[in-house]
Amino acid sequence: MGQLKNFFASRWGIIGVGAFIGVLAPLLQKWGNPGNMGICVACFERDIAGAVGLQRAAVVQYMRPEIIGFVLGSLIAALLFKEFRARTGSAPIVRFVLGAFAMIGALVFLGCPWRALLRLAGGDGNALFGIAGLIFGIWIGTLFLKSGYNLGRSEKTHTSVGWLLPLTMLGFLVLMLIFPQINGEPKSGILFYSLKGPGAMHAPLLISLLVGLAVGFVAQRSRFCTMGAFRDLILFRQTHLFWGILSLAVVAFITNLIVGQFHPGFVNQPVANTMEVWNFLGMVLAGLAFALAGGCPGRQLFLAGEGDGDAAVFVLGMIVGAGFAHNFALASSPTGVGPHGIAATIIGLLVCLFIGFTMRKRV
Amino acid sequence: MNTIVDARGLSCPQPVLMTMDEIKKASQGEIEILVDTDTSKENVSRAAESKGWGVKGVREEGEGYRITIVGS
Repeated sequence: MGQLKNFFASRWGIIGVGAFIGVLAPLLQKWGNPGNMGICVACFERDIAGAVGLQRAAVVQYMRPEIIGFVLGSLIAALLFKEFRARTGSAPIVRFVLGAFAMIGALVFLGCPWRALLRLAGGDGNALFGIAGLIFGIWIGTLFLKSGYNLGRSEKTHTSVGWLLPLTMLGFLVLMLIFPQINGEPKSGILFYSLKGPGAMHAPLLISLLVGLAVGFVAQRSRFCTMGAFRDLILFRQTHLFWGILSLAVVAFITNLIVGQFHPGFVNQPVANTMEVWNFLGMVLAGLAFALAGGCPGRQLFLAGEGDGDAAVFVLGMIVGAGFAHNFALASSPTGVGPHGIAATIIGLLVCLFIGFTMRKRV
Repeated sequence: MNTIVDARGLSCPQPVLMTMDEIKKASQGEIEILVDTDTSKENVSRAAESKGWGVKGVREEGEGYRITIVGS
Protein backbone atom coordinates (compact mmCIF):
# COMPACT_ATOMS: atom_id res chain seq x y z
CA MET A 1 0.00 0.00 0.00
CA GLY A 2 2.98 2.25 0.65
CA GLN A 3 3.97 2.08 -2.99
CA LEU A 4 0.47 2.98 -4.08
CA LYS A 5 0.59 5.91 -1.70
CA ASN A 6 3.80 7.16 -3.29
CA PHE A 7 2.49 6.61 -6.79
CA PHE A 8 -0.44 8.99 -6.39
CA ALA A 9 1.83 11.70 -5.03
CA SER A 10 4.16 11.34 -8.02
CA ARG A 11 3.97 13.23 -11.29
CA TRP A 12 2.63 10.21 -13.14
CA GLY A 13 0.13 9.70 -10.35
CA ILE A 14 -1.41 13.15 -10.71
CA ILE A 15 -1.31 12.88 -14.51
CA GLY A 16 -3.10 9.55 -14.24
CA VAL A 17 -5.79 11.01 -12.00
CA GLY A 18 -6.32 13.93 -14.39
CA ALA A 19 -6.61 11.49 -17.30
CA PHE A 20 -9.03 9.31 -15.31
CA ILE A 21 -11.33 12.29 -14.72
CA GLY A 22 -10.72 13.44 -18.30
CA VAL A 23 -12.17 10.18 -19.62
CA LEU A 24 -15.03 9.82 -17.15
CA ALA A 25 -16.41 13.38 -17.26
CA PRO A 26 -17.19 13.36 -21.02
CA LEU A 27 -18.56 9.83 -20.63
CA LEU A 28 -20.92 11.01 -17.88
CA GLN A 29 -22.15 13.57 -20.38
CA LYS A 30 -22.64 10.82 -22.94
CA TRP A 31 -24.55 8.80 -20.34
CA GLY A 32 -26.92 11.67 -19.65
CA ASN A 33 -25.32 14.63 -17.85
CA PRO A 34 -25.72 18.12 -19.40
CA GLY A 35 -23.48 19.48 -22.17
CA ASN A 36 -19.84 20.08 -21.16
CA MET A 37 -21.05 19.33 -17.64
CA GLY A 38 -20.03 15.72 -17.14
CA ILE A 39 -18.71 16.97 -13.84
CA CYS A 40 -19.24 20.46 -12.43
CA VAL A 41 -18.87 20.75 -8.69
CA ALA A 42 -20.53 24.17 -8.47
CA CYS A 43 -23.41 23.31 -10.82
CA PHE A 44 -24.03 19.99 -9.09
CA GLU A 45 -24.04 21.51 -5.61
CA ARG A 46 -26.46 24.09 -6.98
CA ASP A 47 -28.65 21.25 -8.27
CA ILE A 48 -28.55 19.69 -4.80
CA ALA A 49 -29.65 23.03 -3.34
CA GLY A 50 -32.53 22.83 -5.81
CA ALA A 51 -33.38 19.23 -4.96
CA VAL A 52 -33.89 20.15 -1.31
CA GLY A 53 -35.73 23.37 -2.18
CA LEU A 54 -33.12 25.90 -1.05
CA GLN A 55 -33.55 27.43 -4.49
CA ARG A 56 -36.64 26.96 -6.63
CA ALA A 57 -35.38 27.42 -10.20
CA ALA A 58 -37.32 24.57 -11.81
CA VAL A 59 -34.61 23.71 -14.35
CA VAL A 60 -31.76 23.04 -11.90
CA GLN A 61 -33.05 20.60 -9.28
CA TYR A 62 -31.46 17.18 -8.88
CA MET A 63 -29.68 15.39 -6.05
CA ARG A 64 -26.40 14.81 -7.89
CA PRO A 65 -24.88 11.49 -6.82
CA GLU A 66 -21.47 12.55 -8.13
CA ILE A 67 -21.11 15.05 -5.27
CA ILE A 68 -22.18 12.44 -2.73
CA GLY A 69 -19.64 10.04 -4.26
CA PHE A 70 -16.83 12.62 -4.16
CA VAL A 71 -17.16 12.99 -0.39
CA LEU A 72 -17.73 9.32 0.37
CA GLY A 73 -14.98 8.14 -2.02
CA SER A 74 -12.54 10.46 -0.30
CA LEU A 75 -13.74 9.22 3.10
CA ILE A 76 -13.11 5.61 2.08
CA ALA A 77 -9.62 6.44 0.79
CA ALA A 78 -8.77 8.42 3.92
CA LEU A 79 -9.94 5.62 6.22
CA LEU A 80 -8.14 2.95 4.20
CA PHE A 81 -4.85 4.84 4.19
CA LYS A 82 -5.23 6.05 7.77
CA GLU A 83 -5.40 9.70 6.79
CA PHE A 84 -8.83 10.47 8.23
CA ARG A 85 -8.24 13.23 10.72
CA ALA A 86 -11.08 15.22 12.24
CA ARG A 87 -10.08 18.87 12.49
CA THR A 88 -11.78 22.25 12.59
CA GLY A 89 -11.58 25.76 13.99
CA SER A 90 -9.76 27.61 11.23
CA ALA A 91 -12.09 30.57 10.61
CA PRO A 92 -15.22 28.58 9.70
CA ILE A 93 -17.44 31.65 9.19
CA VAL A 94 -14.91 33.11 6.74
CA ARG A 95 -14.88 29.83 4.82
CA PHE A 96 -18.68 29.84 4.73
CA VAL A 97 -18.78 33.34 3.25
CA LEU A 98 -16.00 32.51 0.77
CA GLY A 99 -17.92 29.40 -0.25
CA ALA A 100 -21.10 31.38 -0.83
CA PHE A 101 -19.39 34.00 -2.99
CA ALA A 102 -17.31 31.40 -4.82
CA MET A 103 -20.60 29.79 -5.82
CA ILE A 104 -22.11 33.11 -6.87
CA GLY A 105 -19.04 33.89 -9.03
CA ALA A 106 -19.05 30.41 -10.54
CA LEU A 107 -22.74 30.73 -11.41
CA VAL A 108 -22.13 34.07 -13.11
CA PHE A 109 -19.64 32.25 -15.35
CA LEU A 110 -21.76 29.06 -15.36
CA GLY A 111 -19.24 26.58 -14.07
CA CYS A 112 -16.55 25.83 -11.55
CA PRO A 113 -12.88 25.40 -12.57
CA TRP A 114 -13.61 21.74 -13.42
CA ARG A 115 -16.35 22.70 -15.81
CA ALA A 116 -14.27 25.57 -17.22
CA LEU A 117 -11.72 22.95 -18.33
CA LEU A 118 -14.45 20.63 -19.59
CA ARG A 119 -16.15 23.48 -21.49
CA LEU A 120 -12.85 24.23 -23.20
CA ALA A 121 -12.32 20.53 -23.91
CA GLY A 122 -15.76 20.47 -25.52
CA GLY A 123 -14.92 23.40 -27.81
CA ASP A 124 -16.66 26.22 -25.89
CA GLY A 125 -14.45 29.25 -26.57
CA ASN A 126 -16.20 31.30 -23.90
CA ALA A 127 -14.43 29.13 -21.35
CA LEU A 128 -11.19 30.92 -22.26
CA PHE A 129 -12.50 34.08 -20.60
CA GLY A 130 -13.53 32.09 -17.54
CA ILE A 131 -10.15 30.38 -17.26
CA ALA A 132 -8.36 33.71 -17.71
CA GLY A 133 -10.55 35.12 -14.93
CA LEU A 134 -9.83 32.12 -12.74
CA ILE A 135 -6.08 32.58 -13.14
CA PHE A 136 -6.36 36.33 -12.48
CA GLY A 137 -8.43 35.73 -9.34
CA ILE A 138 -5.95 33.15 -8.06
CA TRP A 139 -3.09 35.56 -8.84
CA ILE A 140 -4.74 38.19 -6.61
CA GLY A 141 -5.05 35.48 -3.97
CA THR A 142 -1.32 34.72 -4.16
CA LEU A 143 -0.55 38.40 -3.51
CA PHE A 144 -2.49 38.12 -0.26
CA LEU A 145 -0.78 34.83 0.59
CA LYS A 146 2.63 36.44 0.01
CA SER A 147 1.75 39.29 2.34
CA GLY A 148 0.84 36.97 5.19
CA TYR A 149 -2.83 36.18 4.62
CA ASN A 150 -3.97 33.06 6.42
CA LEU A 151 -7.08 31.59 7.99
CA GLY A 152 -5.39 30.54 11.22
CA ARG A 153 -4.75 27.08 12.60
CA SER A 154 -7.24 24.27 12.79
CA GLU A 155 -7.27 21.90 15.75
CA LYS A 156 -7.81 18.23 16.17
CA THR A 157 -11.33 17.52 17.33
CA HIS A 158 -13.78 14.71 18.03
CA THR A 159 -13.86 12.13 15.26
CA SER A 160 -17.59 12.63 14.88
CA VAL A 161 -17.04 16.23 13.73
CA GLY A 162 -15.19 14.94 10.69
CA TRP A 163 -17.99 12.49 9.97
CA LEU A 164 -20.76 15.10 9.80
CA LEU A 165 -20.48 16.08 6.14
CA PRO A 166 -19.94 12.50 4.92
CA LEU A 167 -23.00 11.50 6.97
CA THR A 168 -24.98 14.40 5.50
CA MET A 169 -24.07 13.14 2.02
CA LEU A 170 -25.06 9.62 3.01
CA GLY A 171 -28.36 11.08 4.23
CA PHE A 172 -28.86 12.77 0.85
CA LEU A 173 -28.31 9.41 -0.84
CA VAL A 174 -30.83 7.74 1.44
CA LEU A 175 -33.36 10.50 0.68
CA MET A 176 -32.82 9.84 -3.01
CA LEU A 177 -33.56 6.17 -2.53
CA ILE A 178 -36.63 6.81 -0.37
CA PHE A 179 -37.94 9.47 -2.77
CA PRO A 180 -36.76 8.34 -6.22
CA GLN A 181 -37.47 10.32 -9.35
CA ILE A 182 -40.97 9.69 -10.73
CA ASN A 183 -41.31 10.09 -14.48
CA GLY A 184 -43.09 13.35 -15.33
CA GLU A 185 -43.38 14.49 -11.69
CA PRO A 186 -41.57 17.64 -10.45
CA LYS A 187 -41.51 16.34 -6.90
CA SER A 188 -41.08 13.01 -5.18
CA GLY A 189 -41.87 13.20 -1.46
CA ILE A 190 -39.73 16.07 -0.21
CA LEU A 191 -37.26 16.14 -3.11
CA PHE A 192 -37.55 18.33 -6.20
CA TYR A 193 -36.69 16.92 -9.63
CA SER A 194 -36.37 19.06 -12.76
CA LEU A 195 -38.60 18.07 -15.68
CA LYS A 196 -36.57 20.08 -18.20
CA GLY A 197 -33.28 21.95 -18.43
CA PRO A 198 -29.89 20.83 -17.11
CA GLY A 199 -31.43 19.46 -13.91
CA ALA A 200 -33.42 16.96 -15.94
CA MET A 201 -30.28 15.67 -17.67
CA HIS A 202 -28.39 13.09 -15.69
CA ALA A 203 -26.64 9.77 -16.01
CA PRO A 204 -28.25 6.80 -14.21
CA LEU A 205 -27.98 7.11 -10.42
CA LEU A 206 -25.72 4.08 -9.93
CA ILE A 207 -23.26 5.14 -12.64
CA SER A 208 -23.08 8.70 -11.31
CA LEU A 209 -22.50 7.41 -7.80
CA LEU A 210 -19.81 4.91 -8.83
CA VAL A 211 -17.93 7.48 -10.89
CA GLY A 212 -18.21 9.92 -8.00
CA LEU A 213 -16.82 7.37 -5.56
CA ALA A 214 -13.93 6.47 -7.88
CA VAL A 215 -13.02 10.11 -8.53
CA GLY A 216 -13.31 10.93 -4.82
CA PHE A 217 -10.99 8.05 -3.99
CA VAL A 218 -8.20 8.90 -6.44
CA ALA A 219 -8.53 12.63 -5.87
CA GLN A 220 -8.07 12.19 -2.12
CA ARG A 221 -4.94 10.13 -2.74
CA SER A 222 -3.43 12.53 -5.26
CA ARG A 223 -4.61 15.86 -3.66
CA PHE A 224 -5.98 16.87 -7.08
CA CYS A 225 -6.90 20.57 -7.00
CA THR A 226 -7.70 22.85 -9.92
CA MET A 227 -7.08 26.05 -7.92
CA GLY A 228 -3.87 24.71 -6.37
CA ALA A 229 -2.62 23.91 -9.86
CA PHE A 230 -2.50 27.59 -10.83
CA ARG A 231 -1.66 28.85 -7.34
CA ASP A 232 1.44 26.66 -6.97
CA LEU A 233 2.53 27.58 -10.47
CA ILE A 234 2.25 31.30 -9.73
CA LEU A 235 3.47 31.18 -6.13
CA PHE A 236 6.26 28.58 -6.26
CA ARG A 237 6.76 27.86 -9.99
CA GLN A 238 5.72 24.31 -9.07
CA THR A 239 4.08 22.31 -11.81
CA HIS A 240 2.98 19.21 -9.87
CA LEU A 241 -0.78 19.91 -9.60
CA PHE A 242 -0.76 21.70 -12.93
CA TRP A 243 0.14 18.44 -14.68
CA GLY A 244 -3.10 17.03 -13.28
CA ILE A 245 -5.40 19.65 -14.78
CA LEU A 246 -3.46 19.73 -18.04
CA SER A 247 -3.92 15.99 -18.29
CA LEU A 248 -7.64 16.35 -17.49
CA ALA A 249 -8.16 18.97 -20.20
CA VAL A 250 -6.18 17.13 -22.90
CA VAL A 251 -7.72 13.72 -22.22
CA ALA A 252 -11.23 15.21 -21.99
CA PHE A 253 -10.63 16.89 -25.37
CA ILE A 254 -9.53 13.59 -26.93
CA THR A 255 -12.46 11.72 -25.35
CA ASN A 256 -14.87 14.36 -26.65
CA LEU A 257 -13.40 13.98 -30.15
CA ILE A 258 -13.83 10.20 -30.00
CA VAL A 259 -17.44 10.25 -28.76
CA GLY A 260 -18.45 13.16 -31.02
CA GLN A 261 -18.91 15.79 -28.32
CA PHE A 262 -16.38 18.35 -29.58
CA HIS A 263 -18.19 21.35 -31.08
CA PRO A 264 -15.86 24.36 -31.40
CA GLY A 265 -17.34 27.85 -31.30
CA PHE A 266 -18.64 30.65 -29.11
CA VAL A 267 -22.37 30.88 -29.77
CA ASN A 268 -25.00 28.34 -28.80
CA GLN A 269 -22.69 26.43 -26.51
CA PRO A 270 -24.51 24.31 -23.92
CA VAL A 271 -25.34 26.08 -20.64
CA ALA A 272 -23.13 29.05 -21.54
CA ASN A 273 -23.37 32.61 -22.80
CA THR A 274 -21.08 34.95 -24.72
CA MET A 275 -20.75 37.84 -22.25
CA GLU A 276 -16.93 37.88 -22.13
CA VAL A 277 -16.55 40.47 -19.39
CA TRP A 278 -18.83 38.66 -16.95
CA ASN A 279 -17.52 35.24 -17.85
CA PHE A 280 -14.15 36.68 -16.89
CA LEU A 281 -15.17 38.60 -13.76
CA GLY A 282 -17.40 35.85 -12.41
CA MET A 283 -14.41 33.56 -12.40
CA VAL A 284 -12.12 36.25 -10.96
CA LEU A 285 -14.45 36.22 -7.96
CA ALA A 286 -14.59 32.42 -7.79
CA GLY A 287 -10.81 32.05 -8.26
CA LEU A 288 -10.04 34.60 -5.56
CA ALA A 289 -12.49 32.98 -3.14
CA PHE A 290 -11.05 29.50 -3.81
CA ALA A 291 -7.50 30.82 -3.36
CA LEU A 292 -8.38 32.51 -0.07
CA ALA A 293 -10.11 29.33 1.12
CA GLY A 294 -7.20 27.08 0.10
CA GLY A 295 -8.88 24.81 -2.42
CA CYS A 296 -11.09 24.44 -5.47
CA PRO A 297 -14.67 23.22 -4.90
CA GLY A 298 -13.68 19.64 -5.67
CA ARG A 299 -10.74 19.73 -3.27
CA GLN A 300 -13.03 21.12 -0.54
CA LEU A 301 -15.28 18.07 -0.96
CA PHE A 302 -12.30 15.70 -0.77
CA LEU A 303 -10.93 17.49 2.30
CA ALA A 304 -14.36 17.30 3.92
CA GLY A 305 -14.29 13.57 3.22
CA GLU A 306 -11.02 13.15 5.12
CA GLY A 307 -12.36 14.91 8.21
CA ASP A 308 -11.69 18.60 7.55
CA GLY A 309 -14.65 20.33 9.22
CA ASP A 310 -13.60 23.72 7.85
CA ALA A 311 -13.74 22.47 4.27
CA ALA A 312 -17.16 21.06 5.12
CA VAL A 313 -18.30 24.55 6.14
CA PHE A 314 -17.03 25.86 2.80
CA VAL A 315 -19.15 23.23 1.03
CA LEU A 316 -22.24 24.24 3.00
CA GLY A 317 -21.45 27.88 2.16
CA MET A 318 -21.44 26.97 -1.53
CA ILE A 319 -24.80 25.20 -1.28
CA VAL A 320 -26.37 28.12 0.58
CA GLY A 321 -24.71 30.52 -1.88
CA ALA A 322 -26.46 28.64 -4.68
CA GLY A 323 -29.77 29.29 -2.90
CA PHE A 324 -29.07 33.03 -2.90
CA ALA A 325 -27.77 32.93 -6.47
CA HIS A 326 -31.06 31.66 -7.85
CA ASN A 327 -33.50 33.21 -5.36
CA PHE A 328 -31.94 36.65 -5.97
CA ALA A 329 -31.52 36.12 -9.74
CA LEU A 330 -27.72 36.40 -9.60
CA ALA A 331 -26.96 33.33 -11.69
CA SER A 332 -26.42 33.64 -15.43
CA SER A 333 -28.32 31.73 -18.09
CA PRO A 334 -27.70 31.00 -21.77
CA THR A 335 -29.24 34.42 -22.52
CA GLY A 336 -26.76 36.33 -20.33
CA VAL A 337 -26.07 37.45 -16.79
CA GLY A 338 -28.88 37.49 -14.23
CA PRO A 339 -30.58 40.82 -13.36
CA HIS A 340 -28.47 41.19 -10.21
CA GLY A 341 -25.44 39.11 -11.22
CA ILE A 342 -23.24 42.14 -11.88
CA ALA A 343 -23.99 43.74 -8.50
CA ALA A 344 -23.38 40.43 -6.71
CA THR A 345 -20.04 39.92 -8.46
CA ILE A 346 -18.84 43.39 -7.42
CA ILE A 347 -20.03 42.91 -3.83
CA GLY A 348 -18.36 39.47 -3.75
CA LEU A 349 -15.05 40.92 -4.94
CA LEU A 350 -15.23 43.63 -2.28
CA VAL A 351 -15.95 41.04 0.43
CA CYS A 352 -13.00 38.91 -0.72
CA LEU A 353 -10.71 41.96 -0.72
CA PHE A 354 -11.93 42.85 2.77
CA ILE A 355 -11.12 39.32 3.97
CA GLY A 356 -7.77 39.30 2.16
CA PHE A 357 -6.61 42.65 3.52
CA THR A 358 -7.77 42.15 7.10
CA MET A 359 -6.56 38.59 7.76
CA ARG A 360 -2.85 39.05 7.23
CA LYS A 361 -1.61 38.64 10.77
CA ARG A 362 1.32 36.27 11.12
CA VAL A 363 0.49 33.07 13.00
CA MET B 1 19.91 23.97 17.48
CA ASN B 2 17.94 23.53 14.29
CA THR B 3 15.40 26.04 13.10
CA ILE B 4 11.92 24.70 13.76
CA VAL B 5 8.94 25.66 11.63
CA ASP B 6 5.65 24.83 13.32
CA ALA B 7 3.09 24.51 10.53
CA ARG B 8 0.69 22.25 12.42
CA GLY B 9 -2.95 23.10 11.88
CA LEU B 10 -2.19 25.25 8.86
CA SER B 11 -3.54 24.22 5.48
CA CYS B 12 -1.78 24.54 2.19
CA PRO B 13 -0.02 26.57 0.98
CA GLN B 14 1.01 27.92 4.43
CA PRO B 15 3.39 25.09 5.42
CA VAL B 16 5.19 25.40 2.08
CA LEU B 17 5.33 29.21 2.29
CA MET B 18 6.81 29.02 5.80
CA THR B 19 9.35 26.41 4.72
CA MET B 20 10.36 28.47 1.69
CA ASP B 21 10.83 31.54 3.92
CA GLU B 22 13.19 29.62 6.20
CA ILE B 23 15.08 28.14 3.26
CA LYS B 24 15.61 31.66 1.91
CA LYS B 25 16.85 32.88 5.31
CA ALA B 26 19.10 29.92 6.09
CA SER B 27 20.46 28.99 2.64
CA GLN B 28 22.12 26.00 4.31
CA GLY B 29 22.02 23.81 7.40
CA GLU B 30 19.08 21.92 8.82
CA ILE B 31 15.45 22.93 9.21
CA GLU B 32 12.80 20.93 11.01
CA ILE B 33 9.19 21.37 9.96
CA LEU B 34 6.22 20.17 12.01
CA VAL B 35 3.09 19.35 10.01
CA ASP B 36 -0.07 17.44 10.83
CA THR B 37 -1.39 16.14 7.51
CA ASP B 38 0.03 13.80 4.89
CA THR B 39 -0.69 16.41 2.24
CA SER B 40 1.50 18.95 4.02
CA LYS B 41 4.22 16.34 4.49
CA GLU B 42 4.27 15.63 0.75
CA ASN B 43 4.07 19.30 -0.21
CA VAL B 44 6.86 20.42 2.13
CA SER B 45 9.14 17.57 1.00
CA ARG B 46 8.46 18.34 -2.65
CA ALA B 47 9.06 22.06 -2.14
CA ALA B 48 12.35 21.47 -0.30
CA GLU B 49 13.59 19.16 -3.03
CA SER B 50 12.64 21.68 -5.71
CA LYS B 51 14.95 24.17 -3.93
CA GLY B 52 17.81 21.67 -3.95
CA TRP B 53 17.41 20.72 -0.30
CA GLY B 54 17.43 17.10 0.77
CA VAL B 55 14.84 15.44 2.96
CA LYS B 56 16.96 13.88 5.70
CA GLY B 57 14.15 12.26 7.59
CA VAL B 58 10.42 12.15 8.27
CA ARG B 59 9.42 11.05 11.75
CA GLU B 60 5.92 10.45 13.00
CA GLU B 61 5.37 12.64 15.99
CA GLY B 62 2.17 13.03 17.96
CA GLU B 63 -0.64 13.59 15.48
CA GLY B 64 1.68 14.52 12.64
CA TYR B 65 5.20 14.49 11.29
CA ARG B 66 8.55 16.10 11.93
CA ILE B 67 10.35 16.61 8.64
CA THR B 68 14.07 17.35 8.67
CA ILE B 69 15.48 18.97 5.57
CA VAL B 70 19.12 19.74 4.83
CA GLY B 71 20.63 22.33 2.55
CA SER B 72 24.26 22.62 1.59
